[in-house]
Amino acid sequence: MWGIEVIFKGRNLIRLLEGLGAALEISLISVLISIPIGIILGVLMAGKNPVIKAVLRIYLDFIRIMPQLVLLFLVFFGTTKVWGWDLSGEVSSVIVFSMWGAAEMSDLVRGALKAIPKHQYESAQSLGFTPLQTKAYIIIPQCVRRLIPLSINLITRMIKTTSLVLMIGVVEVLKVAQQIIEANRMTSPNAAFGVYLFVFVLYFAACFILSLIARQLERKWS
Amino acid sequence: MDTQVLQEYLPLFGEAALLTVGLGAAGIAVSIVIGLVCSLVQYYKVPVARRLVQIYIELSRNTPLLIQLFFIYYGLPKLGIKTDPTACGIAGLAFLGGSYMAETFRSGLEAVDRVHSESAFSLGLNRFQTFAYVILPQAVSTSIPPFVANVIFLLKETSVFSAVSLMDLMFTAKDLIGLYYNTTESLFLLVVFYLIILLPVSLLGTLLEKKVGVPDVGD
Repeated sequence: MWGIEVIFKGRNLIRLLEGLGAALEISLISVLISIPIGIILGVLMAGKNPVIKAVLRIYLDFIRIMPQLVLLFLVFFGTTKVWGWDLSGEVSSVIVFSMWGAAEMSDLVRGALKAIPKHQYESAQSLGFTPLQTKAYIIIPQCVRRLIPLSINLITRMIKTTSLVLMIGVVEVLKVAQQIIEANRMTSPNAAFGVYLFVFVLYFAACFILSLIARQLERKWS
Repeated sequence: MDTQVLQEYLPLFGEAALLTVGLGAAGIAVSIVIGLVCSLVQYYKVPVARRLVQIYIELSRNTPLLIQLFFIYYGLPKLGIKTDPTACGIAGLAFLGGSYMAETFRSGLEAVDRVHSESAFSLGLNRFQTFAYVILPQAVSTSIPPFVANVIFLLKETSVFSAVSLMDLMFTAKDLIGLYYNTTESLFLLVVFYLIILLPVSLLGTLLEKKVGVPDVGD
């Protein structure tokens, strides 16, 4: 019916799930790299050094204004041509998504730091906290609460963005779907409907669960 | 970089940029309409329709545009719903953008204190007048910064249109790289044209935010 039966033929289901796994793996690695870099950049952005801030601002704005697919092309086709090195699609994706994720994360961190009213620093100081203690016991715990739901949202965005890696030839769930549809062209001409619907559902399931968790935490901590 | 090549490619990229902007503008216009309808349904808590809007928003926000386009362009024709690439691109962008716009408008409407509509009612304004003269102007001013962010986001998302064989900037760049291997020139023009499209919108957003960013009218 509508080509849905193709999904359950042979190893197709496992192959699709493996494809999703490849996409999730790229997002997971990128998130793990981008969160610490993003935190460092965000703290620098919230700081006072005007030169560092100006340089970072240009870098971050460029990354955030360019479509992620353009960034993928720049790294995958551009840097390989200019510097003559050899990058696989997977490595290019991790580089791009880490840079992009770090830029987004740094903006979240900067926002969270700026959102803490000045009187909290002053009150802490008047209570005899050293600057280090103020950060450790007062500022950071509040920032973390604010940041965790936002970071989970960033992960869902990362997963959605991972679908782009198809365009630079990485084999992920969409590529596997194309292969399955091609292979079953004769026996199930309608496979495109069922298989793409299934891919849609797979992405939805992955992102929806994370969105729900983020929303719960946001409600709990706001 | 070869200036000869740049000159040769410039018109090709110009044409592609027009397509990108045109499709983006059409898709954004439709998303604004979808967003307005959905946000009003949610704001006035219309029974049944509200649930449907909720489901639509979750489906649209939790899936990537590329997957939505593949489903519309390659999947739906198997059910007899055929679309040409242009219609598919606009439909996909509108499907994605509608939910983002809906969320923006809804939070704009909800940011207006209920006291305002109660006061308007007690002053003798009817439901429509209350909405048009009291709620809407305030909601618009709070919605502008996230609205501009949505516009930028949606324009960026058009970059995946090449997957349904629309000859946009991405398609042109990839095509030229594949044909002539002038990678540096093609990518340079690609970045320049995206900057030409996106920078003004981004700057306009910053300006508007400074100008109308008065969310606490009436406080």
